[in-house]
Amino acid sequence: MKPTLRTLLHLPLILFGLTMALPLGLMFTTALGSARMALQPGDSLWHIFIPRDWNWGNFAEVWTRVTFLRYYLNSLIVAFFTTTGQVLTSACAAYAFARLRWPGRDRLFLLYLATMMVPATTTLIPNFAVIRLIPAWLQAMCPFVDWMGLRYLGTGPDATAVGRFVGVDSYFALIVPGMFSAYGTFLLRQFLLSIPRELDEAARIDGATHWQIFSRIILPLAKPGLATLAIFTFMGAWSNLLWPLVVTNLEQLRVLPIGLQQFQQASGAQWQYVMAGSLLMLLPVLGIFLAGQRYFVSGMLVGAVKG
Amino acid sequence: MKLNDANRDVRPAVAFLLPNLLGFLVFTAGPVAVSLYLSFTSWDALSRPHWIGLANFTGLFGFHGTPQGWQANDPEFWQYLGNTLFMLLALPLNIAGSLVLALALNRKLRFTAAYRLVYFLPSILYGAAIFYLWKYMFEPNYGLFNALLARMDLPGPSWLQNPALAKPSLIFMTLWMKVGGLSMVVYLAALQGVSEELHEAARIDGANRWQQFWHVTWPALRPATFFIVTIELIYGLQSGFDTAYIMTDGGPYGSTTTLGYYVYLKAFRFFELGYASAIAWVIFFITLAVTLVNWRRGGSEGA
Repeated sequence: MKPTLRTLLHLPLILFGLTMALPLGLMFTTALGSARMALQPGDSLWHIFIPRDWNWGNFAEVWTRVTFLRYYLNSLIVAFFTTTGQVLTSACAAYAFARLRWPGRDRLFLLYLATMMVPATTTLIPNFAVIRLIPAWLQAMCPFVDWMGLRYLGTGPDATAVGRFVGVDSYFALIVPGMFSAYGTFLLRQFLLSIPRELDEAARIDGATHWQIFSRIILPLAKPGLATLAIFTFMGAWSNLLWPLVVTNLEQLRVLPIGLQQFQQASGAQWQYVMAGSLLMLLPVLGIFLAGQRYFVSGMLVGAVKG
Repeated sequence: MKLNDANRDVRPAVAFLLPNLLGFLVFTAGPVAVSLYLSFTSWDALSRPHWIGLANFTGLFGFHGTPQGWQANDPEFWQYLGNTLFMLLALPLNIAGSLVLALALNRKLRFTAAYRLVYFLPSILYGAAIFYLWKYMFEPNYGLFNALLARMDLPGPSWLQNPALAKPSLIFMTLWMKVGGLSMVVYLAALQGVSEELHEAARIDGANRWQQFWHVTWPALRPATFFIVTIELIYGLQSGFDTAYIMTDGGPYGSTTTLGYYVYLKAFRFFELGYASAIAWVIFFITLAVTLVNWRRGGSEGA
């Protein structure tokens, strides 16, 4: 291609980039603005990207409205523990599938793969039923504790832990079902298979236990895979709206995606606060994305290229 | 130590697998079976589910005679099925757009990394916050689109409150997220594998740019296209809950209610959990059928 043509190609690419960035620019300028209008009559189009006002106070205002801090904290707690749990259980299972020999291994793995096709809506209702039934199951198994009535002490909006221990309206319901995933197991198994077997065979001959091999050899080498799964899980848990909606009613247990809706209704047409709240919700996602960009791409391609 | 014994590691395998397997059985595999059972029952979440055979499915798919002719037992189901399929129109547009971007970025220009970052960003940020942003942009009185139209002295419609415009508006938003996301990344990676020699040979044989693309690049990208279509179909057929809940409440007149949102409505607003399970299985079967057809085509025409 001629050099001039190459340079000219930048023009549509930049224009398209601006189009893609435009909604995000609008979010930013609205969040800092003092008006609910996207564009005031006298504004130039550049005001979509360059704030007219710099009302940092809007962000402070958000924290004081409804119980935004509570929602934010809940989302952080849920996303953090879901991620930690899923990475741990998936890594252990992946080790069993990729490195150990036992009867029925490949058939069970096929079953895992098969469930990856099942839409989340299919398991939604039974999962809701399981969450509702768990206190009764525990009651039957261990009748010495009042599982149905057991609650955390905190009840006020400032209490760090609220709700029941198990069942509907509990952190358990928000976190535990998300800690296991066939997809995570599949992803990490693919990563483990690419680690040379000689390393752990040598360690076995030197008398290392499976736990030592797993924790000292495999896990450090599988870090890119663990990071990829952690990022995807965190993002998924952070933005999950449907499941928290189904298993929580308690105001203090609301997570951000639900909380934002309360927030929008409370703010009416004061879009500057809604945008400020939304922007605050995006911050962790943006941070994780910028820090772990390369893992994103590698993770997305696991199914595409390696098959 | 017997290295070739298939049962060699049973005990450690149980230890490593147990937590995951337990969760898998309780929250995934078990629920799939339970869901199938529930789809043959009537259940209000309070009393016990009771078996009603195929009644849920005849309720969904069946017709009954009326003085005005045949009527669907559940006309809403057909409308929402139509909505779900309509929203899939985003897929070919997404593929075309992502491919154009990938071809442009594959030219080793300067600033490629920056372009890729900006194009990719919307697909990462997608979620409740972004839906509020778009709800705001579509807003008739304060939103961006109508402000821009007003600049050109054009009347602005109520994008999400108009049954004819609501679905196209949502598709437009979906494209903003998807073009430049997963599909572009997959195409970019696949383009690395398209051999330079084939292009060279085609050029020597006198093929123009379009012919080179159509006869060399596009066939070489078939596995990537197959992957994107598979993922997007599985995702697309069950999607629509978040946007409906946050942006449109499924309206106006049910025009943005997808089957995914219908499951939620039936199960958790009307407490017909058996009927909702049946809808979920219909989604599953449509997904399965469409994926198998795609697989057949990808398998026979590919490799």
